[in-house]
Amino acid sequence: MNLKKHWWKALAIVLLVYVHTVGLLAEVPRLNILNETIRALYFHVPMWFGMVLLYAVSVYYAILCLRKPGQGYDTWSVNFAHTGTLLGILGMITGMLWANYTWGSPWHGDPKQNGAAIALLVYLAYFVLRGSLESEEQKERLSAVYNLFAFAAMVPLIFIIPRLTESVHPGSGGNPGFNAYDLDSRMRLVFYPAVIGWFLVGLWLVNIRVRVQQVNKSNS
Amino acid sequence: MKNIFQKIVAILFLLVSGTLHAQTTEVEMADAFRADGKIYVVVAMVLIILAGFFVYLILVDRKLSRIEKEQKSSAEKKN
Repeated sequence: MNLKKHWWKALAIVLLVYVHTVGLLAEVPRLNILNETIRALYFHVPMWFGMVLLYAVSVYYAILCLRKPGQGYDTWSVNFAHTGTLLGILGMITGMLWANYTWGSPWHGDPKQNGAAIALLVYLAYFVLRGSLESEEQKERLSAVYNLFAFAAMVPLIFIIPRLTESVHPGSGGNPGFNAYDLDSRMRLVFYPAVIGWFLVGLWLVNIRVRVQQVNKSNS
Repeated sequence: MKNIFQKIVAILFLLVSGTLHAQTTEVEMADAFRADGKIYVVVAMVLIILAGFFVYLILVDRKLSRIEKEQKSSAEKKN
């Protein structure tokens, strides 16, 4: 493997090995109720951050689709949304497991949890929309427009509404985010590499999916 | 009157010391698990799974590169 071309893949591996070692071994703030599960911050939250980043890149390609149709940007856009949804589903499942042991039930009716579920459904509808269209041009144009709306719906559902209402999620409803944990700067040293690492793994998966589809296309 | 005042002060002291006590008690963590050294077993397992995942990803990537190269060379032959 040529390291110059694939440096970001190596970076993803290094970051995630670091996160999974230090994330389990390093000191974490001692807090009631959370106890050791505070470490889930290193594994559950990066899923959502990764999802939002991948969806953002997907929107970028959707805009390129609308500006320059027929240039193959559609393949990139849909695969970024696809991989983003994978991370979102993993974030949902890990979140439900965490909620079961800290909030008392897997589905707590928390606004952020509900918002995230609605956002995922909005993105699932994106794939249904694509599947229902025959013409490639129509598929590209309509799904690009829908992609913009889906992203515009996701941001308030996940980031704004939970802040306006009562929410048990840290960082919303008057609850502090990182500042809730007194060792916050040390936790950041593991958390941000985790976000970057999973985003890069997402990029890698998108890269492979797009290339497979390109090979298939030129074969047919 | 003095008696009541003394009682109130005593209750206040009790409350304050109660909250102070609550703050200093240790939150239960998996310290014994760490002291035993068994946490390294978990870390090793997680790293093995992660390594397996990445090796698989690299193999898929390389196979795809090979297919792309073959496709490119066969397209050149046709031309």
